[in-house]
Amino acid sequence: MQQYRADLHIHTLLSPCGDLEMSPANIVEVAAQKKIEILGIADHNSTKHALLIQKLAAEKGIFALCGAEVTTREEVHCLTFFENIDALNQFQQYLNEHITKVKNNPKYFGHQVVVDEQEMIVEEIEYLLISALDQSIEQVEKKVHELDGLFIPAHIDRPKYSLTSQLGFVPPDIKADALEISRHTTKEEVLKKFPYLQSFTFTTSSDAHFPDDIGKKVCIFEMEALNFQEIKMALRGEKGRKVSF
Amino acid sequence: MTVQQLTEKLNLKVYGGKKGLGNEISGGYVSDLLSDVMGNADTGEVWITLQTHKNVMAIASLKDLAAIILVNNHQPEEDTLNQANEEGIPLLGTHMGTFEITGKLYELIK
Repeated sequence: MQQYRADLHIHTLLSPCGDLEMSPANIVEVAAQKKIEILGIADHNSTKHALLIQKLAAEKGIFALCGAEVTTREEVHCLTFFENIDALNQFQQYLNEHITKVKNNPKYFGHQVVVDEQEMIVEEIEYLLISALDQSIEQVEKKVHELDGLFIPAHIDRPKYSLTSQLGFVPPDIKADALEISRHTTKEEVLKKFPYLQSFTFTTSSDAHFPDDIGKKVCIFEMEALNFQEIKMALRGEKGRKVSF
Repeated sequence: MTVQQLTEKLNLKVYGGKKGLGNEISGGYVSDLLSDVMGNADTGEVWITLQTHKNVMAIASLKDLAAIILVNNHQPEEDTLNQANEEGIPLLGTHMGTFEITGKLYELIK
């Protein structure tokens, strides 16, 4: 078994709150310096930087999970990741169809731009990416799993935009591949409060919006190789694979 | 005032939880953050919200609330409705927005 350092929750400059220094090239550069081997690219309700980062990361031997941090109708943030371009594009289509379209005001929220490898702007997203979808958390979960993706409710312990803040507690029957906890708590503390979550896999991450944040909190994936299916198995604790931190 | 009387006065839809229509109303609480309701709502209150997730019913049951009113014509999800019927907590609905229905409820029970 090999061990891989993973930071599964990274925003790029496409997220209105993402620092301008969070370009695909720079994220990969910093991740390499910090010896991150698995990156989770999760902009708010958009997947549009993920593939470029995956390509640049691969050149440095880093595996990038491509997806988005989705805002459900209840305003719960959930990480979603997909194995291939086809699934990722289908999910982007779903996001386009279901996000509440409100015009972005860059003065308040920041710019939302897609850039290329040379950091030239190729697209500016006109509608605000932090708006919610018109889909419930169960509907989003179902869509992600139809596309064989990974569904991980984000920072479940936080007082904002989390399962616990929006819905009071984690629904025990939620079909999550893992539950992400923030750097402000520990797995033990969460289990003390919610003992019924014992059977879930937990992840933690930096939720980086600035280059310095990348890798501030990582989890370790123990698995046979560096690919999507192995990551899925590790999250499920299958065949000796596991996630720890 | 009972929940039954309230539904008549405010012309509310009754989606489910009819067994609890005789519940006495002690007050109201307005919030869309379930963590907040869990911490701050009191027994016998009517909860006004736009959230339709089934956790709404779990929290209403935990806090022993009199009823729930969904605003803006929000429809309950199927499992939310099932749970309302199981728990016997009235799940009500209105086309009114939160501001309007809250004002009317306040006038009735202040």
